[in-house]
Amino acid sequence: MQVRPYSAWISRLFILAVASLTLTGFMQMPLAKRYYVTMVPGLAWTGDFFLVHKLHYLLATLLLFVVGLVVVNWIKGWNRQLSLTPLGMARVGVVAGLVVSGGLRVYRNLPGVTLHPMAILTIEWVHLVLVMVLGVLALVALLRNCSAYAVRK
Amino acid sequence: MSKNKKQVGAVSRRGFLKALGVGGAGMLIPTGAMAAQERVPSSSEGELATLLDLSKCIGCGECVNACRESNASKFPEPVKPYPDMLPAKRAKTEDWSDKRDVDDRLTPYNWLSLQNAEVTYKGEDYDINIPRRCMHCQNPPCANMCPFGAANKELSGITKINDALCMGGAKCRAVCPWHIPQRQSGVGLYLNLMPRLAGNGVMYKCDRCYQLLDKGELPACIAVCPEDVQTIGPRHEIVARAKALAAEMDGFIYGLEENGGTNTLYVSPVPFEMINQVIDKDSGKGVGKKANKGRKKGLGPGKPHMDAVKDVMADETNLATATLVAPIAGIAAGFLGLASRLSTGSEEGGDDAS
Repeated sequence: MQVRPYSAWISRLFILAVASLTLTGFMQMPLAKRYYVTMVPGLAWTGDFFLVHKLHYLLATLLLFVVGLVVVNWIKGWNRQLSLTPLGMARVGVVAGLVVSGGLRVYRNLPGVTLHPMAILTIEWVHLVLVMVLGVLALVALLRNCSAYAVRK
Repeated sequence: MSKNKKQVGAVSRRGFLKALGVGGAGMLIPTGAMAAQERVPSSSEGELATLLDLSKCIGCGECVNACRESNASKFPEPVKPYPDMLPAKRAKTEDWSDKRDVDDRLTPYNWLSLQNAEVTYKGEDYDINIPRRCMHCQNPPCANMCPFGAANKELSGITKINDALCMGGAKCRAVCPWHIPQRQSGVGLYLNLMPRLAGNGVMYKCDRCYQLLDKGELPACIAVCPEDVQTIGPRHEIVARAKALAAEMDGFIYGLEENGGTNTLYVSPVPFEMINQVIDKDSGKGVGKKANKGRKKGLGPGKPHMDAVKDVMADETNLATATLVAPIAGIAAGFLGLASRLSTGSEEGGDDAS
């Protein structure tokens, strides 16, 4: 019997996108060269700020595609078959915050856009703090053996 | 001074301000009292840009000294001894506090320096002096890519680093096409966080004397110049002035296209390719051999080049469209039933939907 109403590929794509976004996001900080990450075979690219930045954008498009796909399907019918777990609800909220703050980050980087320094500071730190919260929530979910975002009703 | 200085038009600091109607009253008063009358347009008029007429600069260094005096209160006073950084081989302290007098390059204590290029062009010899400082890009990578929001471009067109927030990671210097910001260790936020593991000081560069601009006064380097090399005003007007000046002297503009456009425009009677080839040839080497790799000796961090610069944020601008399209594509795929099609054949067990 098929328990999931959706493909495991959606979970895989989500995990791939979030994990890669977390890596490329943290590599926005000047850590890779200082902490020899660039010396790890296959990770030399982490020291290229522009490459890592563009990868972060590309991975964001993957995440946004998955989010769009899931939201529509949730509205179309999954909401009648599934219910979010409490930890799932918390993580959905954090992911939504990351998407919004990331979107504002992209907007800020467009030519001709100048935001107030306090707004930029808020966007930056909300984005950075939320990804850390997501990490903590994922760890809690793992430890409590309830990593599912949603369960069948 | 240019040996064969071409006569240029009426674009002068004071003339420009008069044209803007903000310094007109100064025409009637002695020069000594002029400074108090000089006012620049406010930020409400949009991004302000500066125009440097290189045919006028005599390399006297007044701007360098005025910059130091005007910004002295912002210079770092590091706490010594510096923390032992980890890992020591990769995180080295950068200390300019004992070299505060260095003025032939950009340092945390010298935000404007002069470069020189002797160029022969169309059979004439030119001795070009070039005041160098932050270009104040229109879409600055140093600000866009700072992971902590410590660097920002303001509505006035100034790109400013917040020294209270900067951790001194020097990413801004790495992504700046001219490697302008300079680091001083032993100062700033990192000392209160993880001084050995995170950060390495604060980055410093020209902030176009915002403390003066906020009061409606000219940046120090502009106000003090005896040759009226610089003018400042709304960018669209400065661009028009630069083009007119370049046309008048049959010259060239630097900063109009570089990195997608900057708020510092240089106009020169000789091509910038030629200037870049011989720029600063008599000066000492820039800091860091690695940083200079592939560059002409003498250029590098602290000694900016004048090469052509593509828009380094252009790819991100294009990718921004992709981030806009992606969720729409996801929604469309959802309506087209992609999720259920993917599910076909994935009769997986388990009791969750993670």
